[in-house]
Amino acid sequence: MGAVFEPGFFTSGPVHVAIAIGTVVAVVSAVTGVFTVMRGQSFAGHALTDVATAGGSGAFLIGMSPLLGFVGLSAAGAGVLEMIGVQRARGRDLATGLVLGVAIGLAALFLYLDTTATATTGATQQILFGSIFTAQASTIPIVVAFSAVALAAIAIAYRPLLLSTVSTDIAAARGASVRAAGLLFMLALSVSVGLSSLAIGTLLSTALLIGPPAAALRLVTGVGRALVVACLIGVGATWLGVLLAYDSYYWGSSHQALPVSFFIVAIVFAAYLLSGVGARARTGQSQAAARGRAATQGQAATPGRAATHSHATG
Amino acid sequence: MNRQTPEILTVAGVGVALSGRAILDDVSFVIQPGEFTGLIGPNGAGKTTLLRVILGLQRPATGTVLVDGQPLSRHNRAAGYVPQKVLLEPDLPLRAKDLVALGMDGHRPGIPLRSAKRAEAVREMLHAVGADSFADARVGELSGGEQQRVLIAHALISRPRLLLLDEPLANLDIRSSQEIVSLLGRIATEQQVALLLSAHEINPLLPVMDRVVYLAGGRAASGTTEQVIRTDVLSALYGYHVDVLHVHGRILVVAGPPEVAAGLPAGAALQAG
Repeated sequence: MGAVFEPGFFTSGPVHVAIAIGTVVAVVSAVTGVFTVMRGQSFAGHALTDVATAGGSGAFLIGMSPLLGFVGLSAAGAGVLEMIGVQRARGRDLATGLVLGVAIGLAALFLYLDTTATATTGATQQILFGSIFTAQASTIPIVVAFSAVALAAIAIAYRPLLLSTVSTDIAAARGASVRAAGLLFMLALSVSVGLSSLAIGTLLSTALLIGPPAAALRLVTGVGRALVVACLIGVGATWLGVLLAYDSYYWGSSHQALPVSFFIVAIVFAAYLLSGVGARARTGQSQAAARGRAATQGQAATPGRAATHSHATG
Repeated sequence: MNRQTPEILTVAGVGVALSGRAILDDVSFVIQPGEFTGLIGPNGAGKTTLLRVILGLQRPATGTVLVDGQPLSRHNRAAGYVPQKVLLEPDLPLRAKDLVALGMDGHRPGIPLRSAKRAEAVREMLHAVGADSFADARVGELSGGEQQRVLIAHALISRPRLLLLDEPLANLDIRSSQEIVSLLGRIATEQQVALLLSAHEINPLLPVMDRVVYLAGGRAASGTTEQVIRTDVLSALYGYHVDVLHVHGRILVVAGPPEVAAGLPAGAALQAG
């Protein structure tokens, strides 16, 4: 193990492409993920990765770009999820479970056919664990276009999404388009899952979607700040992961580069664990503040008022 | 109907049935601007359903609701709303002031733009509900009473002329409950807003309430406390004899003596105060 940046890192074409795609994907995942975590839809996000597996392996089978398969089928899956179970949390849970099961079944079939048709395990590896180092530079514009769609959907739905996260009843009573905001969010979620499937594979894309936002939400307060911190963690983990995967070729004597997905996910997980330390400091402060408020209110209550209270309880 | 009505809320002949069972049956009452009205009734009397009908969240089978003289529509959401169950998770990154700001324009698409005017309006509203000291705290980390204040500020910042609150005193300790009641009484006057507040206990509201709508068995009686909380009126409403007792300025509603209340489940005291 030699330098931090092993020879050729800055001049390598695949590294440039990996950094470009990885950065864009990490930003989209972080932004979508903050809303996914706040809305408690991590399970739906995970189910969509299974749908993306079916899409990617199916696309591979008919000679299409797996990215189009990832995004296309997970968007369709998101539509199905919204249609079957939007009304109740239980219905949503059930719908998610059913869609997930069907998707894995299809993925099993397609991956089997991919492997037997091409007599390699390349397709399986690429779809389940990502292909950021083998992606072509020509996919960058497609990735950017999909990302723009996802970010635009979140931007349009931003306020109604937040309001319906607090309470769908309040949002509906104000005349907010709760349904439309939910649909736009699911569109963004499915595109984001498709993109991260390309980068780090369908099995691991949930980690990039949920990990950085979960850490950010423990660390900072305010939606804007949470979005910025989640992006920084996601992008940082991706860059560091790409660097370590590149360097790993020079580790030991076997000259075998380790998978980038492993590094990215390991760094995201480490960031989440570290965020617990920061979170304890933050909640410690807010608990002290709450105790301070309770103490001031206690002083304000005189014995005379206490008598009125017992009188009023009936 | 082009007549200019002075009433801020008109509920006329509203009936709601869910899977064949009548939840509300011919409920009618009006609320004048700035009035504090208590919506009182035992659990399961249909209070939440009635509030949801007034908000346009549930369509009644019969009857009409006019808010500020206008029928409900997607664009006529003139009433503010504080629901009973708002689950604010501790990991929600919203501060009290963020939640109040969402009350201004949270239903509109897009990302909110910061402005000094917005921040000032939020500060004023937080001050009006006595929430200055926790403006920057996460809503999920506030106490029940503090969350209630923030939700009230959230509902009021759009300056509605009618504010509906569903059981805002449930799950609050005595002191918080008393503070919220006096806060609401003050707000009704200061902000010129009519309040319709549901509760299963009438006594905490007696000092501030102008009128009462009493719901029992899906039917309603309305008027002043003296007009409604009476043995004859409530017995007619419940469909069996109940006694209204006055004990040291408090009101107790209890099922009548056994021979009168025969056929009722044993010990069916109708807790209303």
